[in-house]
Amino acid sequence: MRSEPRNKWLSYLLLILFGLVMIYPLIWLFVSSFKTNQDIFGSSRLFADTYVWDSYKLGWQGTGLYGFDTFFKNTLILVIPVVIFTIVSSVIVAYGFARFNFPLKTLLFSLMMATLMLPDATILIPRYILFNELGWLDTYLPFIVPAAFATSAFFIYLMIQFYRGLPRDLDESATIDGCNSFTILTRVLLPLCKPAIFSVGLFQFMWTWNDFFNSIIYISSVSKFTVSLGLRLSLDASSAVSWNQVLAMSVVAVLPCILLFFLAQKYFVEGISTTGLKG
Amino acid sequence: MFKRTKRKNYRYIGLLYILPWLIGLMIFQLYPFFMSFYYSFTNFNMVAPPSFIGLDNYKEIFTNDPGFTQALKVTSLYVILAVPVKLAFALFIALILSAKLKGINLFRTVYYLPSILGGSVAIAVLWRFLFMRDGVVNNMLGNLGIPSIDWLGNPDVALYTLGLLSVWQFGSSMVLFLAGIQQIPGDLYEAGSIDGASKTRMFFKITVPMLTPIVLFNLIMQMVNAFQEFTGAFVITNGGPMKSTYLYALKLYEEAFTFFKMGYASALSWILFVIIMVVTGIIFKTSNRWVYYEDGGKS
Repeated sequence: MRSEPRNKWLSYLLLILFGLVMIYPLIWLFVSSFKTNQDIFGSSRLFADTYVWDSYKLGWQGTGLYGFDTFFKNTLILVIPVVIFTIVSSVIVAYGFARFNFPLKTLLFSLMMATLMLPDATILIPRYILFNELGWLDTYLPFIVPAAFATSAFFIYLMIQFYRGLPRDLDESATIDGCNSFTILTRVLLPLCKPAIFSVGLFQFMWTWNDFFNSIIYISSVSKFTVSLGLRLSLDASSAVSWNQVLAMSVVAVLPCILLFFLAQKYFVEGISTTGLKG
Repeated sequence: MFKRTKRKNYRYIGLLYILPWLIGLMIFQLYPFFMSFYYSFTNFNMVAPPSFIGLDNYKEIFTNDPGFTQALKVTSLYVILAVPVKLAFALFIALILSAKLKGINLFRTVYYLPSILGGSVAIAVLWRFLFMRDGVVNNMLGNLGIPSIDWLGNPDVALYTLGLLSVWQFGSSMVLFLAGIQQIPGDLYEAGSIDGASKTRMFFKITVPMLTPIVLFNLIMQMVNAFQEFTGAFVITNGGPMKSTYLYALKLYEEAFTFFKMGYASALSWILFVIIMVVTGIIFKTSNRWVYYEDGGKS
């Protein structure tokens, strides 16, 4: 589809118009985190006459005993192991699927793909009961342990697709050079897989960072709250207080994701395109 | 001899690599899957062991639970509204972006960003502020002379406001469409123009058919996700006003984690599972009528 010049201007006009609509809420969020309550509501203007500069400092302190320093620390303690375990487990499992034949492979592969569509809601309750019996409630283990066992088929599939794009001649010549199957993976394939590994890590980081449903189910003490839970806490608590603090903390909550996205956009787009799966 | 044993080991070495996944599948997916089926026939509050009560949970759900009927109604409406609009938008923008324009990367970034932030609480908070009674959206409408709308307080409107949040996140579907468009072989268009086909004709005869497998894929994944949508409805409206945004996931959450009726909630989760499977099945069944496969539909 090549556009003719007169269509081109129309296309630009549409793209810019939609683009503004898309991005405006985020810009508004940022600017409004410095506004007073009167300017947040009751005005359509983006910029206000007066700004307040302490919303981040006050919001960061939180409303109760725990502030966002705790929530951020907790989120990192949760997210980093989840990301690392997801990468390691999906790299290994995908290697098995992509490079070896073994009994029942077709069946197991179909089963793995089927779990892509298995609604989380269906397995939610027995999982909760299982984690309760194991004494894992109110810890981060319900997030970390399943990640170590490659329970997310999305990431396995992403890695499989990437391995498939690497020529098998590489493996064969490495075998002749005396590599065993594991050193083929670590020395030959992994260095080539960096883009895919980045994609897996970034997606898992975003999803775990933004997760709310699992956090609210598994974590109950405020001292262990993640940023998502902390944010909801301040939203509920500050009904009469300054809204700019809630907005400021929302900015802080999405900031790591926005920064990562701009730094590593390429890997998101490549990751999503190689799998053909949704993000 | 040596060679043969090595061969034999080789046959199982792949299994060794997928072993972590296999264990995870058993413990964290298959076991919970079958257990939730079992729990759905029990009365189970996590204090006493589950007691078998046959079909009572299902009977109660279907005959005597207005919350279930409401949740099902609201969720179906949400899925039917949000998913097609989102996909239509994603496809539309992808088609515009696929023309070789300058600055396409910038636009792609801008459109993709909201779906990366996705279901985060921060975005839900933002939505709540934007659409409050005296919030920005109403003030902007006021400037245009349009009377203000109670986006979150009017039971007839609130679900649409949540749907809008979902549509706003069309970016990931768009990226998939874009990748699909870029993979369409250029010689198809060349052949088309040699045969004298117009651009419009080529669009409908080449671009659209080649994209239908991606439409199918996006449709199913977005549908499965929309049926389970939670964060927006929980944080922004908490199911209200008058249960007009009482999505199925909220109902499930309430039964399981507010009332700890685990058996009842398991039955709810299985009903949702069956609904999702049936809808997926229907989409697949009709797909051979509208999805074009390059190899003639054999895959």
